[in-house]
Amino acid sequence: MTSLPAPAKKKLGLVIDLDICVGCHACAVACKEWNDGGQFGPLPDDDPYGAEPHGVWFNRVHTYEVLPQAAGTSYESTASRIHDPHPAPAAQGRPLDPMGLQNPAPVPQMVHFPRSCLHCETPDCVTVCPTGASYKRAEDGIVLVDEDKCIGCQLCAWACPYGAREIALPHPKAATSDTGRKDSRRGTMQKCTLCVDRIYNETLDERDRQPACVMACPTRARMFGDLGDPDSNVSKAVAEREGFALMPEFGYRPVNRYLPPRPRRDGSTAAATATNPAKEALDTAQLPPLLRWLDKALSR
Amino acid sequence: MKPALSVIFFTVMSGAGYGLWCLLGLALAAGIYPFSGMGVLVPLGFGFMLVSAGLLASTAHLGRPERAWRALSQWRSSWLSREGIASLVTYLPMLAMAWLAFTGHAGTGLRIAGALLALGALATILCTANIYRSLKTIAAWRTRQVLPLYFMFALLSGGLWLWAWLALTTGLMMGLAFPLALLGLAIVAAVIKVDHWKCVDALSVNTAGHATGLEALGRVRAFEGPVTEESYLTREMAFVLARKHGARLRRIALVLFGLAPALAITVALASGAAWLAPVAALAAIAGLFVERWLFFAEARHAVAAFFPSPQA
Repeated sequence: MTSLPAPAKKKLGLVIDLDICVGCHACAVACKEWNDGGQFGPLPDDDPYGAEPHGVWFNRVHTYEVLPQAAGTSYESTASRIHDPHPAPAAQGRPLDPMGLQNPAPVPQMVHFPRSCLHCETPDCVTVCPTGASYKRAEDGIVLVDEDKCIGCQLCAWACPYGAREIALPHPKAATSDTGRKDSRRGTMQKCTLCVDRIYNETLDERDRQPACVMACPTRARMFGDLGDPDSNVSKAVAEREGFALMPEFGYRPVNRYLPPRPRRDGSTAAATATNPAKEALDTAQLPPLLRWLDKALSR
Repeated sequence: MKPALSVIFFTVMSGAGYGLWCLLGLALAAGIYPFSGMGVLVPLGFGFMLVSAGLLASTAHLGRPERAWRALSQWRSSWLSREGIASLVTYLPMLAMAWLAFTGHAGTGLRIAGALLALGALATILCTANIYRSLKTIAAWRTRQVLPLYFMFALLSGGLWLWAWLALTTGLMMGLAFPLALLGLAIVAAVIKVDHWKCVDALSVNTAGHATGLEALGRVRAFEGPVTEESYLTREMAFVLARKHGARLRRIALVLFGLAPALAITVALASGAAWLAPVAALAAIAGLFVERWLFFAEARHAVAAFFPSPQA
């Protein structure tokens, strides 16, 4: 049934910390690995070992360059502005500085951005489905696709602004899988299952009952939990760091949250070092005598 | 959006078929259609060909076409499901009408069948248009012109075929109001389409900063995509090839579906050249193929903002 269920108390989802994600793609690879060979079944590639190994990924990591609008933009102002649709220009009221003498050119900040299904509360990907294959679970809010019902019309993928869904289309040159059998899953829509076959899997050790992407992240930039429970770790992290939802204007009410990048320790230093690299401080008193002599000799 | 040939063929051809059925049904219901067995059966059958070819083509867009019957179940929420049901239900008055025309029953039964056929055809066109109009992610399809345009294009292209049949079999002059109405429709549809294109051009484009929610931190530029190769998302929804020739293709579409039928109708009425009627119908179909290709190709999907743009 593709009508949405009554809103559930439990809202399982992910919280992704954009501050500490290093863009290693481990989450994407772990996701691919688990869903390719785990208990859920194959996550197909169009042509895994061919010339064009296009295929489905539930999770993809983008990298963005963020160029601060004005040098010395501090986190305190940006954190409050991230929720403000009409931020006031930071440079307003400052004297003109055409040569950039007082405000050196801002240094871009790289933000790695993992993108996957946000398990929205009221998503159109569920309601546009003509077959009932796309559904939202009433008990925990996970959005899933029933492989046996999906006709591969792709309307759900069109309805998603987050690019969460990718279809597994048969590749003309790879009509059969490696084992030689026709892959029954081809031609249907694929999406993140929040590792529904891990998180409730009692054959796994309890600490392993988390999505594969969360388990794999080396910087713990990904957290899994119940965002419907205000006392859960994920909800606390969102409250503390002003976690935000992507493109709320669509009205799909995403469950997943992103934590904004923290400020550089000193917003102004980062900018200053780029144009005028400061001399590195060296405390010669700490050096062994031989090196202290060497430093003195070379400094002459 | 990637312009899939199967979907373009479906919306243009079945649109023309339903437009033809609608006008034929209305004319029969109103009792103004020159009744004869073949006079009903031929345009009805031609509409059947157009509708069925379009519907069959639409299944080519499916990953699992053999499961297409499942699409009839979710009419409560899905316009695609409603479209499937409406299209199948509309075959019923069509069959009834064919039977009545075949057996020569031109009475109340045929009038009722005609009214039901027109109603079913209109309902199906409404559902088809709403499949696209209901997608919040594609701003170009949510403009106020999309719904009236689907109706107008269906009635124009189908109407031209019906007029072609009448012109070739019963003579041009007997129904002056009909070709003149089609002439007006061609002009109005062209004006509304130009207005739609203006709206599409004026739409603000989703940005990486907005999509990622990072815009408050500064100017956001997609530095690297997830993979260097294409993916389903970039092929399907970040399709940019079309806009290069957009202006020229728009002119071609306008000439074919607007100007050419309008001229053909005028000249045909003035000179009595009935052969111009099928030419007008063919030109309109060709123009609508171009129009529909642009409808997809020029529509920007919100998700494209996540990816590095080729221009950047």
